[in-house]
Amino acid sequence: MSKLAKHISRVFLAMMFAYLPLCWTGQDGTIPYSGSSLFCTRAEAASAWWPWQGEQAASLEFSELYSGASSLGLELSAKLESLKGKKVQISGFMAPPLKPTINFFVLTKVPMSICPFCSTDADWPNDIVLIKLAKPVTALPFDRPITVTGQLEVGYQMDEETGFISLVRIVADTVEEAN
Amino acid sequence: MYHPKSSVLCLSRFFRLLVALVLVSSLMSGMTVSYAAYNAPEVSNINIMPIDRAKFLVGQKFDFEIEVKTESPASAIEVMINGVAAEVFFGKQGVTKFDKMSTYRIDQVALPKSGKVAVAVTVKTETGIEKRTINYEVTADKIGKPAKNVILIIGDGMSLPARQMARILSKGITEGKYNDLLEMEKMPNLALITTSGSDSLVTDSANSASAYATGQKGAVNAMGVYADSTKDPFDDPKVENIIELAKRTRGMATGIVSTANITDATPAAMLAHTRKRSELNFIAQEMLNPLHRPDVILGGGSRQFLPKSVPGSKRTDERNLIEEFKQQGYTTAITKTELKQVGTPDKLLGLFQLDNMDVYMDREVTKNPAVLGNFTDQPTLMDMTKTAIDVLSKNKNGFFLMVEGACIDKQLHTMDWQRATYDTIEMDKAVGIAKEFAKKNEDTLIIVVADHSHGASITGTYHELDGKTGREAVRTYADAGWPTFADVDGDGFPDNPNPSVTLAVQYANHPDYIENYKFQEVPTSPAIMANGKAIANVKRSPQGGDLQVGNTPASDPSEVHSADDVPLTAQGPGADYFKGVMDNTEVFYGMVRALGLDGRTDKK
Repeated sequence: MSKLAKHISRVFLAMMFAYLPLCWTGQDGTIPYSGSSLFCTRAEAASAWWPWQGEQAASLEFSELYSGASSLGLELSAKLESLKGKKVQISGFMAPPLKPTINFFVLTKVPMSICPFCSTDADWPNDIVLIKLAKPVTALPFDRPITVTGQLEVGYQMDEETGFISLVRIVADTVEEAN
Repeated sequence: MYHPKSSVLCLSRFFRLLVALVLVSSLMSGMTVSYAAYNAPEVSNINIMPIDRAKFLVGQKFDFEIEVKTESPASAIEVMINGVAAEVFFGKQGVTKFDKMSTYRIDQVALPKSGKVAVAVTVKTETGIEKRTINYEVTADKIGKPAKNVILIIGDGMSLPARQMARILSKGITEGKYNDLLEMEKMPNLALITTSGSDSLVTDSANSASAYATGQKGAVNAMGVYADSTKDPFDDPKVENIIELAKRTRGMATGIVSTANITDATPAAMLAHTRKRSELNFIAQEMLNPLHRPDVILGGGSRQFLPKSVPGSKRTDERNLIEEFKQQGYTTAITKTELKQVGTPDKLLGLFQLDNMDVYMDREVTKNPAVLGNFTDQPTLMDMTKTAIDVLSKNKNGFFLMVEGACIDKQLHTMDWQRATYDTIEMDKAVGIAKEFAKKNEDTLIIVVADHSHGASITGTYHELDGKTGREAVRTYADAGWPTFADVDGDGFPDNPNPSVTLAVQYANHPDYIENYKFQEVPTSPAIMANGKAIANVKRSPQGGDLQVGNTPASDPSEVHSADDVPLTAQGPGADYFKGVMDNTEVFYGMVRALGLDGRTDKK
């Protein structure tokens, strides 16, 4: 290859390498969030690249998870079924976790008074949402409401490590204190 | 007349001294009181299950296990029962394992004769010999004319003050005399029951209910077993329970009714054997086991009966226990409407909530949709008791029924005495229904008892009529006046749970919580978990109140049980057994004595 071509390609490569970190810092400005985020990870930045970039999160309430209930079981609501795989936002309380550094936690409607993981006698209420995190975080206060935004998953799943069974899950993009 | 010749004063000095000595020593022995000495409990290397001083019904089946944790491993374990080698006595081979912890086990044995039994264990190790001897007692007591039916009504956590709160709210008190007594208080026999477990001065519902069901002391969280050292919650040595004995030896019908999840400790302990009360799915499927399958099962807890693919289920397999019960010929019901339409089938399964049923206050008084959700048609404990008795009384061999007012305890744990009291009154009405049945069927023994106590107690009244609030508004002695509860419609429940002058109920033990002495519109926990510690829940008292600093470890967000003895009231054949202060295991012996059960004979 000619010297000029080599030189140009070197410059071009250098520009590419220089641009890449710029990309990451540049993305901060394009992802909308209010207040300090509880973690700044690639998961957060990555959402700008994912297919649902720019998708508005549909707000979800705990009371909207199930449309019917009887002794023969719960009925998943039509709204929940329609939001499967989509971006949702829900506010609730973080329940005391299984381990201090966790990559999932349980979101509840009201703050938990008993830690079902800690006590062999207690059990979870029916309307809980399992929040999956890309990276483990140290546990947060459980008496203040938090808002979780992420992709909704619906269906029976058992966590291999803990045996925890969940029906409704969110793969979290952001977790922050509710206003 | 004084006859000098026959008087002591005429005797010689020697004899006078002798008489004086005898008199003085007899006086002194009368003045001194001797106390039996006792030592603090010691843990032995040789753990024998069933434990020392265990009592059995003649023929009651049990597993016998010895765990040896000596310094050097055991090389031989020899067991003698009343001087005879255990294998000869029981007519069965034992299994011995030698290891760091050596074990000896013979399953499903029984003691054939009433009286005392001495169990002598000799363990040979490399360093020498260790021995231990314990004693059992076997009873074959029965009354002349046996009872046909036994109804055991358990108010979970229903301490003496809990009965009092119900008495005040339901019947009222005028100038110091109660207008009336509760149904459970109008029964001729009264005893005080001590409730401790084998490992716990203050114990839980599982082993205290197990004491009623098997006549054996147990460990916290265990039921129908003696807790051994292994982790497996299903391998612990079992003891036969009342439902098993009633079915096997007399072909009786059996039933369990509760306002809790029906796999919860108290109903579960009547039939299941496990070291861990939290094995709810196991307990649910055990209800299908013909050894101890109740003919009537009514309560909450359907989530332990649904296959895991159904939303709301807590099972980890695809078994549909409700369908399996139907295949066994059970009629099923999931609402009060359905329950009222079942008639009198032979077998009945009613599950009215996914987990615990809601409490009376929320089901029947406030009827708040935010609390009940879709479960707006739950039966009362009275409905369930009446149906259970109607179904079970069809059996000509009689029946054993356990009815539990479960949420008295659950509401005292969350420091909501009003909800606990309404549930106590509901249970008292179920007692009334049992008593109605006993009037026409006099061969029925009814027992009403709690499993353990709570520390809640009445200090006086609380009112804000003079503008004072909080601590200064707790009225004591004559300042209290009288609470202004009233029951004008005569349904047994006060018309208003929060009148102008209410009771000042205070708790001996509690987490951090905010006290405002007011009625909670919706069930609200006193404390919530935050960073591993329980902190006061502000939702209890949004307008503020007195912060009470907790006096139990900060890891516990609820109020806990207390050691107080609990009252037992009884009526019917065999009720005379209950008097004075008795151990909780004696309740089982009172029942089997009344029924005249003999563990040695199987009903053909």
